[in-house]
Amino acid sequence: MSSAALSATARAGGVLRDMLARPSGVIGLTLIAFHLALAILSPWLVPFDYKAMDATSTLAGPSSTHWLGTDHLGRDVLTRVMLGGREALVITGIATPVALIWGGLSGVWLGLRGGWPDEVAMRLVDAFLALPGILPLLVLITVFGTGGEVLLPTLAFFFGIPVIRVARAAAHEVVARDFISAARARGHTPLDIVRREILPNVTDTLLVEGAMRWSWMLLGFSALSFLGFGVAPPKPDWGLMVSDARVYMSLAPLGVIAPVVALSTLIIGINLTADALAKTLGIDRARKAVI
Amino acid sequence: MLGLITRRLALGLVTVWLVSVIIFLGVEALPGDACTAILERDAHGEALAKCREVMGLDTPALARYVEWAAGVVQGDFGMSAGGQESIAQMVGYRVRNSLLLAAGALAVGIPLAISLGVIAGLTRDRWPDLLVSTGAILAMTIPEFVAATVLILVFAIWLGWVPAIVLTPADAPPLEFFPEFILASTVLTMLMIAHVMRMIRASVIEAMASEYVQMATLKGVPYWRIVFRHALPNALLPAINVIALTVAWLLGGVVVVEVVFNYPGLGRMLVDAISDRDLPVVQAITMIVAATYVGVNLVADILSLALNPRLRSHRARQG
Repeated sequence: MSSAALSATARAGGVLRDMLARPSGVIGLTLIAFHLALAILSPWLVPFDYKAMDATSTLAGPSSTHWLGTDHLGRDVLTRVMLGGREALVITGIATPVALIWGGLSGVWLGLRGGWPDEVAMRLVDAFLALPGILPLLVLITVFGTGGEVLLPTLAFFFGIPVIRVARAAAHEVVARDFISAARARGHTPLDIVRREILPNVTDTLLVEGAMRWSWMLLGFSALSFLGFGVAPPKPDWGLMVSDARVYMSLAPLGVIAPVVALSTLIIGINLTADALAKTLGIDRARKAVI
Repeated sequence: MLGLITRRLALGLVTVWLVSVIIFLGVEALPGDACTAILERDAHGEALAKCREVMGLDTPALARYVEWAAGVVQGDFGMSAGGQESIAQMVGYRVRNSLLLAAGALAVGIPLAISLGVIAGLTRDRWPDLLVSTGAILAMTIPEFVAATVLILVFAIWLGWVPAIVLTPADAPPLEFFPEFILASTVLTMLMIAHVMRMIRASVIEAMASEYVQMATLKGVPYWRIVFRHALPNALLPAINVIALTVAWLLGGVVVVEVVFNYPGLGRMLVDAISDRDLPVVQAITMIVAATYVGVNLVADILSLALNPRLRSHRARQG
């Protein structure tokens, strides 16, 4: 076990080194690291209180006190942009692994099991995927309301569904191979086969899938915030900030541009990292990016 | 061939039916119902019971599902929770407007996406490909509302070339949405091009690496003849399915874009309905989008079956 753990660590180190040898990996990982550091440290770094309003200077341009100006309530834009990714990072940071694990395990099991559970589950997956984009999220939000305690399970649930398909397809490729027949002939239980034969062969696919899901989940989360169904004001969030500031866009364009730049750099960072990861692990993502 | 199409059709119907069940159950799970939404604070005692009787909410859930589903099949989605309006009437113009937006994006986007995809695929890893692919990744990664907001900022506010938002009412004749809908359509076109172009690039690369192209090259067939006669017909077939997915996405996934541009389509109606917690309307829109999604994909499947003989035997075996 310890040698297995050791080799896993060694492999992770190798993958990381490989990723850092690619320009997309360097830029992507740097952007993610920067955003993570900012999210963790920003409460001690911000120049103002994110709720503090200054009625005398609303929609102000950049100045030496307010580097990025102020919003329509006279709150400091820089402060709010620095804090604006925390909620999104925490929620998607928890929901992505949850989605990956439940979707991945169900998919692998269905791929191995086949038969009627597989048929029924795939029809259900089709039904859920027949609602494109953020539509299913919106429906669930109508039913359960908004707020972090609803958003997290909702995101984890919905982003797990397409993972089922990917994991099932990946498992299918493995199940047909001889070493599975051999394991069956040796009398291994299905659980053992999943754990020892299939999972090691689909982890790479799932890792790349997870990185992509993370960026899509972040897109979904900020779209929900933008529509007013995500983070509740006065908490700062990039999507919400863009939505608030776009009315005053002609007066104070920085109120829109600053959160847009912050959100875009994070999402581009995740995408570049996913790309570098896919290339390092030798998985062709171009053909799989359907949904 | 006919058997395959029947099977696809049956699967599609099952999917739509499952969606309807999921939506109905989802709404059932909600605390409160249409009557508590209409009556708000007066929702107790006799008034509530009477309203439930009028709306038929006192019957068991299964009976209500059957009645609702029977109505939906005939195009009758019932009444909205807020007003006393028929949903079918409210939805009509909205569907047309969303289709208008989608048609604009498709008419510009599909030819452009196919050309860019082919160019990128043929010049793999050289500068035209790098340029197009990087652009596509940017267009795909930037959230829709961000792209939309930036376009408004640049083209409507700074340059003043086009109107920023749509002020035309939902039931205006189609021509009146011009030029207001240009920006909204542009955002959708950008996103669509990015998705379709990437798929086409991948399949062009695959086709150009195939043995029959190698064979043709060795035989001395001129390059452009290889590209147009041998590689492209094969490479473009999968595009049918991608385009179908895009069409479905255009109808349902444009929620954010419609909200940003204040465009009176299905998506904005959905967001309004969610804000008002108008469940019958949410149910109706979701059903329409799901049915469209399944329908468009079905058409694409049948089209590619008809155009590609190889798929017939292959898919028949796979089931």
